[in-house]
Amino acid sequence: MRVKLLAAGLLAIAAATASAQNINGAGATFPYPIYSRWFSEYAKLHPDVKINYQSIGSGGGIRQVSEGTVDFGATDGPMSDDAIKSAKVKTIHIPTVLGAVVPVYNLKGVSQQLNFSGDVIADIYLGKISKWNDPRIAKDNPGVNLPAAAILPVYRSDGSGTSFIFTDYLSKVSADFKAKVGAATSVKWPTGIGQKGNEGVAGMVRQAPNSFGYVELIYARGNNMPFGKVKNASGKFIEASTDGVTAAAAGATIPADYRVSITNAPGANAYPISSFTWLLIPVQATDASKSKAIKGFLEWMLSTGEAEAAQMTYAPLPKAVADRVKQTVAGIK
Amino acid sequence: MSRAEDHSTTLDRMTADHNVNSDSSTPPALIVSHFVQEPAPGTPQAPPPEPSEIRRFLSQRGSGAFADNSFAGVILLCACSIFAIVIFIAAILIKSSHLSIAQFGLKFFSTSDWDPVSGQFGALPFIFGTLATSFLALLIAVPLALGVAVFISELCPRPLRAPISFLTELLAAIPSVVYGLWAVFVLVPLMRDQLGPFLVKYFGWTHLFEGANFGVGLLTAGIILAIMILPIISSITRDIMLSVPNHQREAVLALGATRWEMIRTGVLRNARIGIVGAVILGLGRALGETMAVTMVIGNHAEIAHSLFAPGNTLASVIANEFSEATGDLYLSSLIEIGLALFLVTIIVNAIARLLVWAVTRGAPARVS
Repeated sequence: MRVKLLAAGLLAIAAATASAQNINGAGATFPYPIYSRWFSEYAKLHPDVKINYQSIGSGGGIRQVSEGTVDFGATDGPMSDDAIKSAKVKTIHIPTVLGAVVPVYNLKGVSQQLNFSGDVIADIYLGKISKWNDPRIAKDNPGVNLPAAAILPVYRSDGSGTSFIFTDYLSKVSADFKAKVGAATSVKWPTGIGQKGNEGVAGMVRQAPNSFGYVELIYARGNNMPFGKVKNASGKFIEASTDGVTAAAAGATIPADYRVSITNAPGANAYPISSFTWLLIPVQATDASKSKAIKGFLEWMLSTGEAEAAQMTYAPLPKAVADRVKQTVAGIK
Repeated sequence: MSRAEDHSTTLDRMTADHNVNSDSSTPPALIVSHFVQEPAPGTPQAPPPEPSEIRRFLSQRGSGAFADNSFAGVILLCACSIFAIVIFIAAILIKSSHLSIAQFGLKFFSTSDWDPVSGQFGALPFIFGTLATSFLALLIAVPLALGVAVFISELCPRPLRAPISFLTELLAAIPSVVYGLWAVFVLVPLMRDQLGPFLVKYFGWTHLFEGANFGVGLLTAGIILAIMILPIISSITRDIMLSVPNHQREAVLALGATRWEMIRTGVLRNARIGIVGAVILGLGRALGETMAVTMVIGNHAEIAHSLFAPGNTLASVIANEFSEATGDLYLSSLIEIGLALFLVTIIVNAIARLLVWAVTRGAPARVS
């Protein structure tokens, strides 16, 4: 299957003629798999448009599009007010898909799926809960025989959107975490060890007994890793799924510029550690034909591309949001 | 016998060897002049010497002045490019980190808070991690590398020499990410389950092995670095030891030295400056190594006295955080970390060279 996709991608590249409109984008790594699929499919339908995307990280994406180095950017965390103010090229946020972060752990002899409350996860990373048999973990997991072993918290050492979503959630559910650590792509973790990338965290959790970590849902699913349920704002323990993530987006109030965090969103079935990922599209394109090509792609993405998201474990936009985004895209000059 | 007499007899013997056919009663000086001028009539005609390749080339080419001058110019340019590159790198690092230099000043190098959220940046834990892992690596690798080099150059049976040399050089060619992977899958569990408990049991009194041992940390990073710099140090040391002239060894042995005394006074003493050079090269690699260290050091910015504790290095933090760094001060602080690494490397190298100079200036080989 993967070989076929690759072959299709190569054919698409070969089919693109020299006269094709080249559009360059850069940014977030989290949505890269679906973006690359969308761009290659779009290139097959429109041989005159060729979209190149480099997954250099959200920070790099924001920097490059703000300086006008690339035609569009992509980010997992919304741009801050300061970043928007200082940007040379003004952009709008277009939400594309949603992702989730899940807690993973390695406990020998525990076969049940564990439940975690947000404040418990925060206190594990603050070092306040240091043993697996802590009464607060036990309270969420009645009947589970938890060992008296020390917890090894594992975090992402590299700056990442995953860490941003995770710390953003923990800051919302724990005032202490917000004061001591805060939300950002890299933070100062009070305890634990850092590993690079989802694969680094997952590898360490798989290997080290009694460890606890967090990875993207798409990564956990793709590698068949067991993960825990998380308590949402309505007090229900939810297992992460694309439906739960879309429900979180549907429950949140979304402002006109789409810069919104949907962690800990209301709704009985909302998965609490969810987030949009955005494309950053310049308001005033330097080149009208490029702007037209980007607009064409966005319209195709909303009408056709979104339907492919779920099979790649990305949650599609809820219908209400998608309709609003359609109007925004129609307004791009 | 005086030195002059010794010399003249040698000359006598040489001339005699060269002139087997000539009259042995002729004084040496005359024979030499015979060779330079026409051979004396009556002596057998020697065939005119065939001019060598080099002589022919030198006599056929024109004036070399232009070629010489332009060659000197090109070489000078090559030498100057080193200065230019170093100055260029330093200038760019300083220019791009001016924001954080202005904000934190020298405190950047002495504070240990690294918090992107509140905008506090201090490089001390990273400087500590870089130096600690590098010196741990030297501590482990240098004795091992010297042992390997002495064995290969002095004691190794001939059939074993080539395979061992080949394997050490092969180790040097393995990319660092492969070392990192190996460390994650082999060294980390080994450290956690076997080596760690052993160290706690027998060396716990040093207080260097305290706290929880998760298998990742300063010691694991030091060990993987040691393995990575071992081949560099040992292969250079071996080459230097092999280049010590054999008559040095023979002389020491002839004076009644044992094999070990011969290695110590005849070989190691003569090779010591080169060995220090090899160690400095190894240290350079250890200071700048990024990937393998990042994978096993735990990436936690703190200064701990326990070797089991996770740490972080200058190179690791740049590799980890640069791509996602948002905010000008954050970015500028990361570039200043690069400047710190640059300075640490220069200072450590300077100290090492100073040590070599202090130890070896004017000192002839002696037994001590």
